[in-house]
Amino acid sequence: MILQVKDLITRFYSVDGVVYALNGVNFALNAGETLAVVGESGSGKSVTMMSLLGLIPQPPGKIEGGQAFLFENDKPQDLLKLSERQVRRVRGGQIGFIFQDPISSLNPTMTIGKQIAESMIEHLSLSQSDARKRTVDLLKEVGIADADRRFDSYPHEFSGGMRQRVMIAIAVACQPRIVIADEPTTALDVTVQAQIIELIQRLQKQLGIAVIWITHDLAVVASMADRVLVMYGGTVVEDALVEDLFDNPQHPYTIGLLKAIPGATGLGEERLESIEGSPPDLLRELTSCPFAPRCQFVFDQCWAKLPPLISVTKHHRAACFYDVENEIPRKEVEHG
Amino acid sequence: MQRYLISRVIQSIFLLGGVLVVVFFMIRLTGDPASLMVSRNASEEMREAFREKMGFNRPLYVQFSDYLYGVLQGDFGNSLHFKQPAREIILERLPATFQLATIALLGAVIIAVPIGIIGGSNPGSFVDSLGRALGLLGQTIPNFWLALILILVFAVNLRWFPTFGRDSYLSVVLPAIALGLGSMGQLVRLTRSAVLEIRNDDYIRTAKSKGISQLKIGLRHIARNTSLVLISVIGVIYSYLLGGSIYIEIIFSWPGLGSLLEQAIKSRDFPLVMGITITFSFFVIFINLLTDIAYAFIDPRIRYGG
Repeated sequence: MILQVKDLITRFYSVDGVVYALNGVNFALNAGETLAVVGESGSGKSVTMMSLLGLIPQPPGKIEGGQAFLFENDKPQDLLKLSERQVRRVRGGQIGFIFQDPISSLNPTMTIGKQIAESMIEHLSLSQSDARKRTVDLLKEVGIADADRRFDSYPHEFSGGMRQRVMIAIAVACQPRIVIADEPTTALDVTVQAQIIELIQRLQKQLGIAVIWITHDLAVVASMADRVLVMYGGTVVEDALVEDLFDNPQHPYTIGLLKAIPGATGLGEERLESIEGSPPDLLRELTSCPFAPRCQFVFDQCWAKLPPLISVTKHHRAACFYDVENEIPRKEVEHG
Repeated sequence: MQRYLISRVIQSIFLLGGVLVVVFFMIRLTGDPASLMVSRNASEEMREAFREKMGFNRPLYVQFSDYLYGVLQGDFGNSLHFKQPAREIILERLPATFQLATIALLGAVIIAVPIGIIGGSNPGSFVDSLGRALGLLGQTIPNFWLALILILVFAVNLRWFPTFGRDSYLSVVLPAIALGLGSMGQLVRLTRSAVLEIRNDDYIRTAKSKGISQLKIGLRHIARNTSLVLISVIGVIYSYLLGGSIYIEIIFSWPGLGSLLEQAIKSRDFPLVMGITITFSFFVIFINLLTDIAYAFIDPRIRYGG
């Protein structure tokens, strides 16, 4: 295990009131694995990752509780308690980021080479010329032809896919142990998406990086993830190995989500299923299961309190009081 | 880049040509020059002699090409009032106007930009409130009123600065403040909003995610993109200050082009009015050209755009 997040709570104090964005997020990340984080917009996927590294705008955002241990040689270090200077060494150094929109995520007035070299100079204390050399190598590595000349190009001279390659180069420039990819293919053409996924997977193997992959796309999840977190209403509702999640989903929300994939049953002709109701109102504090109002299996206990993640098997946990499979309430044994 | 520059230079030349045409024919549209320039009591023979002497009895296009030929050689004709070449009078007055506008601009930039940057980087802070107050004051106080108050307080009561004229280096202080305050207000607000907006841009988040320090983000990423916004506006402000200094020059009896223009209009000194107008236009166009060139140097999207 290289990262463990416990009961992470983040709120935004907006003019409309308090937005309860994260309501106790729990998950762990193992070295070298690919962890997919799925969920609808507003479920807290990005906010979770931003909170870990102090990237949410504060104010209005505020991290109000929880711990996030980054393990280095089995020594835990709570990211949420680091000083600004210490957290900067983690950002880019230990944990790299790839953002969704490669067009707006690069500085339009700085050459792409400098934008990559910048973090090497910062974290690895390289000289300008060494950083340039390594950047050119890295550009070749991420599949940019004529890298030596392209070092001095500006972002507007690149296509969307090429810019995302540059973003990837920035993320892995200092050989981090974790890369957080926030919907890295959403803004790209379908034809380019597969190339970018392949590239990230290749670098992941080469460099032994653990990847946290935030996405809407369950097809991507199925093809590349080792493990999946399903998020809903600012909480993790299910945490499972990818095959368990698709074969044996435990949370009613996950079940609904999988039914809503076009062609999931193999028959293209039936109507697509959707989940009735609307996502939870984050302006109210969660005191019960966030999915209860939309859940067909709802019973008294669901309204009484927020369900914790309950172990189903060794590697499978769901935040639900009801065992859908056996149609009985689940025995509540909280899992550490 | 070269193509861009050349096309901008050619555009500027055409623009200046357009200004010449407009100025020349507008003046002619105001009526027969002889009836405007010669005394009302003069006889028709005297008017005719005047037309003959000045060449006003020739076809208009001949007069225009004549005038154009003169302007190209820097000759705006003779001032009717001063009885000497308009060019000499203009050149004599030009440095004063430039001095006033430049000092007003520099003062505005030096005060406004740091306040705007600090305020925009720390919204809600003391400096931010100060900047917003300055911005509001600068843009709402009429500068002719400010000029009078400045004279009353700092020249008449405190006797720190002279009340008018351009006799010592202290003379420029009050007119420069009166002239530049509005622009300073505008610049504070603009810088603040530009920084506020750029701070929240995605590439700043990327820079943060790289672990770059706040200061380096400010210098490398925010400053350059903010300067793009500022440069274009500073160019416009400078030309506004050059041309807009007329009543400030009048209030302070500042011996610049603005007060000369006022005199020239009052005395119906048309060659001089035309000369001053064309001089102003020339500098405004030239400053715009410089602005565009500076912009191209900073923004790679224009530099390589063709």
